[in-house]
Amino acid sequence: MSAVVAEHEHDDHHDHGPEKGFLRWIITTNHKDIGTLYLFFALAMFFVGGTMALIIRAELFEPGMQFVSPQFFNSMTTMHALVMVFGAVMPAFVGFANWQIPMMIGAPDMALPRMNNMSFWMLVAGILLLASTLFMEGGAPASGWTLYPPLVLQTGAALPFAIFAVHMLGISSIMGAINIIATIFNMRAPKMTLMKMPLFVWTWLITAFLLIAIMPVFAGAVTMLLTDRFFDTSFFDAAGGGDPVLYQHIFWFFGHPEVYVMILPTFGVASTIIPVFARKPLFGYSSMVYATAAIAFLSFIVWAHHMFTVGMPMAGELYFMYATMLIAIPTGVKIFNWTATMWQGSMTFEAPMLFSIAFVVLFTLGGFTGLMMALAPVDFQYHDTYFIVAHFHYTLVPASIFIIMAGAYFWLPKWTGNMYNERLARFHFWLSAISVNILFFPQHFLGLAGMPRRIPDYAVQFADWNMVSSVGAFIFGFSQLLFLYIVIQTIRGGTGEKVTDEVWEDAHKHGLEWTLPSPVPYHTFATPPEKIPTEHF
Amino acid sequence: MKTKQLFAGLTLMATGLGTAQADYTLNLMEGVTSISRDVYGLHMLVLWVCVFIGIAVFGTMFYSIYYHRKSRGYKASNFHESTKVEIIWTIIPTVILILLAIPATKVMLEMDDLKDSEMSIKVTGWQWKWEYEYLDNGIHFFSSLDEASNKARQVGSGIDPRTVPNYLLEVDKPLVVPVNTKIRFLFTAADVIHSWWVPDLGWKKDTIPGYINEAWTSVEKAGTYRGQCTELCGKDHGFMPIVVIAMEKPDYEAWVAEQKGIAVANAAAADKEWSQEDLINKGESVYANNCASCHMADGAGLAGTFPAVTGSSVVTGDINAQVELMLNGKGMMPAFGQMLDPVDFAAVSTFIRNGLGNSVGDSIQPAAIKTLQAAIPAVEYDDDDE
Repeated sequence: MSAVVAEHEHDDHHDHGPEKGFLRWIITTNHKDIGTLYLFFALAMFFVGGTMALIIRAELFEPGMQFVSPQFFNSMTTMHALVMVFGAVMPAFVGFANWQIPMMIGAPDMALPRMNNMSFWMLVAGILLLASTLFMEGGAPASGWTLYPPLVLQTGAALPFAIFAVHMLGISSIMGAINIIATIFNMRAPKMTLMKMPLFVWTWLITAFLLIAIMPVFAGAVTMLLTDRFFDTSFFDAAGGGDPVLYQHIFWFFGHPEVYVMILPTFGVASTIIPVFARKPLFGYSSMVYATAAIAFLSFIVWAHHMFTVGMPMAGELYFMYATMLIAIPTGVKIFNWTATMWQGSMTFEAPMLFSIAFVVLFTLGGFTGLMMALAPVDFQYHDTYFIVAHFHYTLVPASIFIIMAGAYFWLPKWTGNMYNERLARFHFWLSAISVNILFFPQHFLGLAGMPRRIPDYAVQFADWNMVSSVGAFIFGFSQLLFLYIVIQTIRGGTGEKVTDEVWEDAHKHGLEWTLPSPVPYHTFATPPEKIPTEHF
Repeated sequence: MKTKQLFAGLTLMATGLGTAQADYTLNLMEGVTSISRDVYGLHMLVLWVCVFIGIAVFGTMFYSIYYHRKSRGYKASNFHESTKVEIIWTIIPTVILILLAIPATKVMLEMDDLKDSEMSIKVTGWQWKWEYEYLDNGIHFFSSLDEASNKARQVGSGIDPRTVPNYLLEVDKPLVVPVNTKIRFLFTAADVIHSWWVPDLGWKKDTIPGYINEAWTSVEKAGTYRGQCTELCGKDHGFMPIVVIAMEKPDYEAWVAEQKGIAVANAAAADKEWSQEDLINKGESVYANNCASCHMADGAGLAGTFPAVTGSSVVTGDINAQVELMLNGKGMMPAFGQMLDPVDFAAVSTFIRNGLGNSVGDSIQPAAIKTLQAAIPAVEYDDDDE
């Protein structure tokens, strides 16, 4: 054992920097490089998925079919969702996890660096395979991201490729999750006890367990689709003794925790940013941890609220209604805690704080509509309408996406040593915050008025609000080019102003990462830190 | 024109939605049944609960954002824990949730109460039309998007949807029901999952192959109520509307009598000898309504998904093999044996062999189809209310 340690020390003398040239990005095992790769990939996919969304909104700008065929429209709604979920939001948070978790817990790197590299490239391969189905005979999958049979079995040549892509994305996610759990459990600085970890680390720990639990379930579900289509099984075919509703149960057993996979790290980043700009410790740290765990637990026992209209027995309908309503309690605790964190703070409103406040407000709106649709009898009206589309986009776009942007503005100065352009970033915020509401708020009205989701054309009484929504979509979409510009500008020198080590006033009290130099060196915490900040509890 | 509407829309947003135009709504409709009104009441209750919580939470937050800011010189306090407060804001939401759950449960149980229904209608979802069977009097028909909407909705049709009455919400044959009658609906599907939704009735129900779902309604006001399929069911998901006409009972009885007369006339037509020309003429419209959405109006199909009819080896081959395939379906192609009456079936079979670029020259008589259809086993429905 001691020989191994000695050898490592020896290595350290001549292997400090990254590999030279392009190869660095292929073979890297450095958590910061891999974090960067994840974040750039997520940004690229955000624009790919966003382009698909704009195709959808362009077609829906006016009644009548103007640009695309109904089949291609369905492919767009399906691919938009899959690309945004698996290509943009999840990888962005894995990117943050890679960059931040080791620095936040005082570790030199992730616990399993080679697997880290593999899980990133597996993700790229999975998404490329998925995207390639767009060019196949019969088109990309067009049955919605839920891939419900029997409809999904009508997919053309793309079906097995899409299923294999899901398998690869699942393996990638599971490897990422294992890595995060191993890192958090084994590599914390000596004084970093579990209940002293920053909330971002906590939320990711819980998220990683969710991922390990659910990705195999999804893989199983799509594998059964594969055998139903190609090997004459009848898992989901009523004519062969199977059950199409079984798929929905399996899918949502994955699907509901999956939406929390996208929101729990969001909570973590918000809980990291708000205290810094309120210049106050996070209110109710331990209740935040318990609330996160409670939400994660509840996420496993509420899945069939996505299926109130499939005709479950009354006892099932009532159970899933009550269980779903319970989620409002821990979620409410979180929102109250953030509000209490701001209360009597000494707030400033830099871009990360603006995005975080917008997140709290707009996510709460999404939570309200979530409570409304938890009531099963009313959900019979809301289900599969634009009201639902508005609901989950409020919990994803001005929540997860806004927080990803908040995180980028918050940590980019630390990572690059350069300050972003605050004026431009605030302009980006206001453009995004206003347009995202022009985009999604009218969709509540459309849904209540009776417009089903996933339709390429609509009756003329839905025309006005669809037009408003499309206008909002284009403003929101093009505003994000500004984000791309600011990010690139920051990496290439930013405003020219060199940032301090703690970047934000008194940030060193809030997290270990702010005690490191800016920009952070390629290798950090080769020896664990002696002291840890105590401000967040 | 477009710019004007655009500005109108944006102005509406800006002026706080007050001056709503006549033809759209912002809120859920109250509907025309006791259930739909209960659902509307619940919706408004939970909406107001959310509004009040929102005012309290956002009010506190914005007060804090305004007063507790560094630029006003506010010094941060350092409190970060209070078990008392945490318990209070756990208990208050719990109480609110219980108060919401009680009325929700009541409505739920009421919706489930199928006792004492006076008639039953079986609804079957097909790609992309609805089949209605009145189990009490044998009336049976398919209902699909009307021709005017169907023409206007084609990509590049050049028809302004605003000129089409009830664009995408009109069908060729609506479902007709009597008012103030408790009607039990049975839902199933023939191919993929669909969902039957008429907002004015207050609910939607999925139609699932292999399942029979139930729901009930009792419409209180005569009128026409429109809805759509709400479960993604393939490319024409957006084009399978539902129209329910609720009639006063005498009007409904008259409609039933009329339908029975039509059924007798159709049966007679099936027994008479048809000329090839008449079959081809009739077949053209049957093709447009039933086949063109997949095989395309010109018979060219869609590469990779839907085979062409023009030059197809099936269509230009043995007529009995072609009829067999149409009767029983194949893969994505539905079994038209149950969907078309003998005359329409014979007509379209003859049309595709002698139109769309094909010229085989033969034809088949409705009487022959009738014999073949009689061999398809009928499905029995138990109409007891347990």
